[in-house]
Amino acid sequence: VRRALHTEWTKLRTVPGTGWLLLGIVLVTVALGVAATTAAHCAEVGCDQDPARISLTGVALGQAVVAVLAVLAVSGEYSSGMIRTTLAATPRRLTVLAAKAGVVGGLVLAAGTVAVSISFVVGRFLLPGKGFTVAHGYRVLSLTDGPVLRAVSGSVLYLVLIALLCVGIATAVRDAATAVGIVLALLFLFPIVASVVANPDWYRHLRQLGPMTAGLTVQATVDVADQPVRPWAGLGVLAAWSASALLAGGLLLRTRDA
Amino acid sequence: VRGWVLGLAAGALVTVLIGLLGSAGSTTSCSGPNGQPCASHVPPLGPDGEPVSDGFYFVHRPLAGDGSITVRVSSLTGQYPSDDTVTGPEPWAKAGIIIKDGSTPGSPYAAVMVTGGNGVRMQYDYTHDTAGLPGAVSAAAPRWLRLTRSGTTVTGAQSTDGSHWTDIATVTLPGLPSTVQAGLFTTSPDHTVTTQSFGGGSTTGGSTVATAVFDRTALAGAWPSGGWTGQDMNSGDGGNGTSPRFEQSGDRFTISGTGDIAPGLTGRGIPSKTIENGLAGAFAGLIAMVVIATTFLTAEYRRGLVRTTFAATPRRRRVLAAKTVVVGAVTFVTGLVAAAVSVPLVEHMETAKGFYVVPQSMWTEARVVVGTAALLAVASVLASAVGVVLRRSAAAVTTVIVAVVLPYVLATASVLPVGAAEWLLRITPDAAFAVQQSTPAYPQVTADYTPANGYYPLPPAAGFAVLCAYTVLALCVATVLLRRRDV
Repeated sequence: VRRALHTEWTKLRTVPGTGWLLLGIVLVTVALGVAATTAAHCAEVGCDQDPARISLTGVALGQAVVAVLAVLAVSGEYSSGMIRTTLAATPRRLTVLAAKAGVVGGLVLAAGTVAVSISFVVGRFLLPGKGFTVAHGYRVLSLTDGPVLRAVSGSVLYLVLIALLCVGIATAVRDAATAVGIVLALLFLFPIVASVVANPDWYRHLRQLGPMTAGLTVQATVDVADQPVRPWAGLGVLAAWSASALLAGGLLLRTRDA
Repeated sequence: VRGWVLGLAAGALVTVLIGLLGSAGSTTSCSGPNGQPCASHVPPLGPDGEPVSDGFYFVHRPLAGDGSITVRVSSLTGQYPSDDTVTGPEPWAKAGIIIKDGSTPGSPYAAVMVTGGNGVRMQYDYTHDTAGLPGAVSAAAPRWLRLTRSGTTVTGAQSTDGSHWTDIATVTLPGLPSTVQAGLFTTSPDHTVTTQSFGGGSTTGGSTVATAVFDRTALAGAWPSGGWTGQDMNSGDGGNGTSPRFEQSGDRFTISGTGDIAPGLTGRGIPSKTIENGLAGAFAGLIAMVVIATTFLTAEYRRGLVRTTFAATPRRRRVLAAKTVVVGAVTFVTGLVAAAVSVPLVEHMETAKGFYVVPQSMWTEARVVVGTAALLAVASVLASAVGVVLRRSAAAVTTVIVAVVLPYVLATASVLPVGAAEWLLRITPDAAFAVQQSTPAYPQVTADYTPANGYYPLPPAAGFAVLCAYTVLALCVATVLLRRRDV
């Protein structure tokens, strides 16, 4: 397994673009976070906004770059035919998948930590100037605050789980464009469909089921009870999606020819 | 390639299915605040077939031919039975004179009026609004108003002293009969307060009552003799004993009214749906088509076929042009079929469930359907061009989907404040979804005109132009890069 991990690490390290994509994760996450933070404004007590969530808005964009990185790590091998060499070198296919998921997950964990930390620090220093002050009922964002710590660490885990979801789906469908299309459809379509249904039960259930809508509830620090699911349970929904995708990918990888 | 055909068919299918899912997930109980049946939610239709509000207190008498009516308004005050934190008249409370084709709800009219916060206005047939003198009305600064009817044309005029008059507008009301009802009116729309929170805004408020004082009423022309009749025109009740009424002493009238004479809007007390609700699946179709359009170009790079293609047709620009034309045409036709099936199907389902589907003219319906198809086609061409630029299908697909779909998700279902959400829908290719907006926003009606409620900041054509601009830019870059670099 260690050898497989090392192999995957070497491959991903030497493929051009990995470094750029990791940098991209950090850049777009921070950029959207800064933009959202700049646009935010709290004029009075009870302005009903969630400062932690505002500063971490960029995760919604960062996940797209994570998807590209994770999908390319798998599909790239299929399009170049490298997968045959890989599977010949490591005949235990599930080990290959596990190693790949581990390396991609590790890289996203690192990049995600950097991206989320910078976003958090930006929000920590910009938001008080935007009216999110003690007088308006907001404490300065701090990691010693339980819900804030949950939002920050949960956002990093969210990105890692998205990466694993992508590895699973890309292994199952092999083609990069199709895989990334399916992933983004899973992420974005649930909130869109939820917004057109008029039945409040369907609305809640759709948001409980959607990997993005459920997963991002982990960022909630205000009015947590109004969210469709509890924060960690929401991340659990995403984890279930990722696990199912990896399982499907693993089964298909084992049963079919490369 | 078989996969592409299957993919396109699947894209069209999910477009329709998600539209149906959206309607399947919608139920209405039709028990409004007073437990009315569904039918009572249906608003009257105006002269152009659009839903309207037509509720006011009307003090009128017949006018059998040409003539004019002049009046001075010296006071307009408002009461808020449901909310005692607000004072002053509602900004769009209206008091003035009106000439109307009978008392049927939704019938044609022309009126000049003073408003609570928007100065003097001349309005006719619900959707048309012309501004006159600014400023609020008071005993110290009264407003004189005059309507002159000649055949089917009506001219509105205003004055501050009763001797110097300026015309506001002259309008034509086609088919106005010889005998019309004319007189004084007061009305006051619901007061709404929108609070912004996580999933968009929530609106609270209630009905309001306006009271206006009119005097120096003067008539000229073909007014048959008789008196004034006061009539509550389907306004509902102001609540708390402030019901609509009028008092007359000589030529002085005090009239209280509630309601609105204005275009009707969805979501104001009516469990209604608009035709674009059936097109939520367009996002799914878009994702499928973007994947196919990108693969159509990048697959050649991956397999090396592009070298053969370029060897066969050395003029690379022509290859790109041919490919984008094919992509655009195929996705347009697919999108057109999907949208043309989706809209009537979903409309039928929603009507069957008791929803009021806002009626639209054929032209608007066609614009929404064809616009959606064009949107899918142009977005697919954008995806092809980005595919050529990036030469990596995954990166190209992600770029386009993120540019076209994510702004909508962020703008409608996230923590972004309304201002930021509107900017997002102005500057990203997502602006093109404005082609789906069937109900325009009316400045003379206070409502929650936010992206989350289906109102886009740009008009349909301008929004679509934004997407086209991005596409042209991407095509230019693709052309230059194709010529410059090796395959």
